[in-house]
This record gives sequence, structure tokens and C-alpha cells, in this order.
Amino acid sequence: MLAAQILINALVLGCLYACIAIGFSLVWGVLNVINLIHGSFIVLGAYLAWGLYQSLGISPWYAIGIAAPVFFGLGYIIQRLILNRVMAAPVLVTLTLTFGLDLILNNAMIYYFKADYRKLTLTPPMGSVSLFDVVVPIDRLIATASALVLTGVLYLILRRLRVGRAIIAVRLDRDAAKLMGVDVSSIYAIAFGLGAALAGCAGVLMALIFPISPLTSTAYLGKAFVVCVLGGLGSVSGALAGGVLLALIEGIGSALIGPAHATTLSFALLIIFLIVRPQGLLGRKGFE
Amino acid sequence: MTRSNLVLLALVISIGALPVVGGSYALRLGTIACMYGILALSWNVVGGIAGYPSFATAAFFGFGAYAAGVLLGRGASLLVSVSAAGVLSFVLAGLLGAALLRLRGHYFAIASLSLIEVFRELVNNATDLTGGGMGLNIPLTSTAGVMADATFFFYIMWGLLAGTALMVVAVARSKLGFGLACIRQNETAADMIGLNTTIYKSVAFGLSACFVGAAGGVYAAWVHYIDPSDVFDILYSVKPIVMALIGGLGSPLGVLIGAFVYLGLEEVVWRNYIQIHSGVLGVLIVILLLFLPHGLMSLRSRIVGWRPNRV
Repeated sequence: MLAAQILINALVLGCLYACIAIGFSLVWGVLNVINLIHGSFIVLGAYLAWGLYQSLGISPWYAIGIAAPVFFGLGYIIQRLILNRVMAAPVLVTLTLTFGLDLILNNAMIYYFKADYRKLTLTPPMGSVSLFDVVVPIDRLIATASALVLTGVLYLILRRLRVGRAIIAVRLDRDAAKLMGVDVSSIYAIAFGLGAALAGCAGVLMALIFPISPLTSTAYLGKAFVVCVLGGLGSVSGALAGGVLLALIEGIGSALIGPAHATTLSFALLIIFLIVRPQGLLGRKGFE
Repeated sequence: MTRSNLVLLALVISIGALPVVGGSYALRLGTIACMYGILALSWNVVGGIAGYPSFATAAFFGFGAYAAGVLLGRGASLLVSVSAAGVLSFVLAGLLGAALLRLRGHYFAIASLSLIEVFRELVNNATDLTGGGMGLNIPLTSTAGVMADATFFFYIMWGLLAGTALMVVAVARSKLGFGLACIRQNETAADMIGLNTTIYKSVAFGLSACFVGAAGGVYAAWVHYIDPSDVFDILYSVKPIVMALIGGLGSPLGVLIGAFVYLGLEEVVWRNYIQIHSGVLGVLIVILLLFLPHGLMSLRSRIVGWRPNRV
């Protein structure tokens, strides 16, 4: 039964990991920028959910609807005003720039929210379901379902909408897309906005499950790194595969050699994957 | 030897006169200045000359600090501990570099960032050896008084800085430096004409870790207490990059000046805005990258028509 419980936990957690990573993967794939603010966006989303629930009593399920447009706007503005100026610069410059932005956002959060750990506790609590001996908390289950829905929405945007096809076109070949009349810098801003919106929504879901603190942003960012490298850049299915794989490795690793080593294991795996299979499990050039 | 390298060595030597004129505060600042100089000059070997965006500085700084800390705790002398930290860092970085430096661009950056996480978690979990999250107390090496101690550690850090500067100048004058510049410009072409890029890059990575590890060791002995979140702080990786960007990538003199300018800014910000110091650092990074991407050394070319090494 322990094995079944580990498997179920990994599936539930894996979908959440995928949700954390998918915006990061989109930005990396389309803009060729490693977005180090991603972790802080997630934490800010968690604070948004917490604040709305504490002050206005708005349930986190509706908070997603508020977080998405707010974060899209935030991301769009950051890309338009700041990042678009250095898109042609080498990796070092874009990476350091997003690190600088992350320092600003994270410091602002520590300043306003303090570094205390907070928890969004639903009243009344939602309890848990158990099937045979496998127990899953209901809020976690709903969060996972929401993560899957968000992932599906991104897939549909990229697949069905005109702007989604333009994002894919820019990812495949920026110069060709430009020649076909795509406004590349505007597409960059939209893609970055989408990435930020996904991070914000992921943060809302995280608020239900994990404690909230500005200090947790690097842990989320680290998860996003690992999921992207394991699953491979460039596809929604890759992020899902990477998320579930990471959760499985962490779960099995914790059970076998102790939870203290789970992070070491996942990062060691990240380095090995980078060396032997840098395209990841399901990596491909086009974002479907 | 180029003029800029001569100025670099002259600058380093002149810093050695600090204890004659300064008090204990100046000595503390001078020691940190030398440490930052070591980190920035070392990063420049792999990041500026070879063009690999390495974020591994903090990993080797922490590694060196723990290696020296553990040895000092077992009763080894400071000289032995710090040398061991440097040599071990060189070997470890050389071996890791042979594998990691096959990656390019973003992938290398992420792998080098992950090194910090892996090292930190390993140290965190090896409680028997390193004290884990409780940190490591390092015995006092001398008890000759505060000023004598401060002067002693200043000169050790300064000696390391001088060693780093000599290493950088030697690399720039040697075939290695030429090869690294070739790798930066076009690695495939460098490989094609018979340059063993793997060995060149590994040696460069090892050299860039060697003095950083030794500086970590001196830092550990200087502050007497280290813990994983302190010495494996990602800021130790980012600060050298910011310093190099302030000064101008690729030019050792520019990088060293960048380190000192950065320290001056940091000190002012720490003193006046302790609550928002990392936010101010972020603002500084953003402004720098948007408005002065080629660093302070590029200002000179605007004035007298001198061209810095562009990366």
C-alpha cells in the first residue's frame, strides 16, 4: 500500500510541479530567457490568494480568476519596459537582469509581508478522501485538477488562438516570423505575460498546500529548473512528464534514503540529465 | 605586458599599504575588497575571457570555506588548510568542468547554478563532518589582539589577491589565454584547428575555482563561524558578475575596479538602507545593464577613443 500511496502522491504533486514549471518553460522556449523572477511571481500569487481570503473572504478558486489578468499585466509591462531592451544581448545579460528584478520583487515582499511563514487555512477544512488505504486531501486534489485545467488552457491558447500560433512561430524562427508580419516584440510581451499569469495562478494553488514566505521563491524556481530539464523544453506534455517524474523521484528518494536527500537527488539528476540528455524526455523544437 | 595589466599589478601592490594608514574599519573593508577582487578576477577567467556564463563561484567559495574549516577544526595550520582548500577546489572544478563545460549558454548557466544547490544540500546533510545546518565553529588561529588579527587576515587576503592577479596576467600572456579567447569567439572553429577545447576549458574552470576556494578558506578562518546558507549564498555567484559588468567584461583591470566600486556602493547602501539593501542592489543591476552594458571601462573610449575588450 505504501507504494500506491507514493505513486498517488507523486501524481498529485507532479501536476502541481508541472503547473509551476510550464510558464517558466514557455518563457525560456519562446524568449530564450531564463526567467529568475518566476519563483517570486509564484510567491506573490500565493500572497494574493492569502490576502483575498483573509481580508475579503474570496475563495482561492475564484482568486485564480483575479490572479491571471493581474499577473498577465505585470509580466506584459515588465517585458515591454525592461526586458525587450536587452533581447539581443547574450545569456549573461538577460539572466543577470532577471536576477536583479527578482531581488527587487523579493525584497519588496520581505519588506511588506515580512519573512514569517503564513498558511492559508480554509474554514471549514475540506477533509480527505480515502480509497482502500490510499489517502488524499481534497484541497490537494482540487488544486491538482486546477493545475491540469490551467495547463490545458495554455495548450488550447497555443493551439487554437491566432496569438498562440504567432507565439509558436516566434519560437520556431524569430526572423521568419518577423518576415511574415508578426510583431515580435509584442509577442514577447504576451508570452512573458502568459508565463507570469501561469506563475501567479500556480502561486494561488500553492497557497492552499504549502506555507507562504518570500524565502520559498528559490525552492519554486529550483523545481521549475529541474522539471524543465527533465521533461524537455517546448511542450506542455514535456512539462507534465517532467513534473510527475520529479515528484516520483522525490517521493521514492524520500522513502528510501530519507527526505533530507530529496533535493540533492533532484539536482544531481538535473546535472546528469543536462549532460547526457539536454533535450529532456520529450523535448522538441516547436511548442505545440 | 600590456599597460592595463601593469596598472592592475600596481593597483594591487598599492592596496598592500592600507594597514599603514587605516584603522580597524578600513582593514575590515580592505579585507572584503581583496576578497571581492579575488572572486571577480577569478570569475573573469571563465566568464569574461572564455565567455561561459558561470554561476558556480558560490559553490567553490563554500566548498573552500568548508574544506578549510574542517581541516582547521582538526588542528591543521592555516597555511595548510587554505592551500588544501585551493588545491581541492582546483581539482574538483577541473573534473566537474570537463563534464559541465560541454554545455553551452543557458544550459551551462543552469547547471552551474545547480552546483550551489547540490553542494549546499550535501554539506547540510553531512552533519557529522560539517555540523549541517547548525554551522561550523572554527577555532581562533591567533590571539594577539584585535588589530593584529585584522592586519594578519588583511595581508593573507591581499596575498591571495596578488596571487590571483598574477594568475590572471599569466593566463592573459599565455597560450591558454589566447585559446580561451578563441573559444569565446568561435568554439567550433577553435576545435577544428586543433585546440583541445575540453582541456582548455577545464583548466580555466579549475583556475577560476582555485583562488575562490582559497578565499573561502581564509574567509572561514577570518569570521570563525560558517553555515551553509551563508557561504553557499547565490549572491557570491552574482556579485562577481555584477562587478565584472560594472568594470567591463574581459578586462582584468576593469573587473578589479568594478569590484571596488561595487564594494563602495554596497557599503553605502548597507549603512543607509539595511531593510531594502537587496532591492537597491537589484535596481543597481537593472540600471547598469540597461544603460551601461559595457561597463565603466567603456566610458574611457567615449572620452579618449580607446576600445575595451568587448564580449
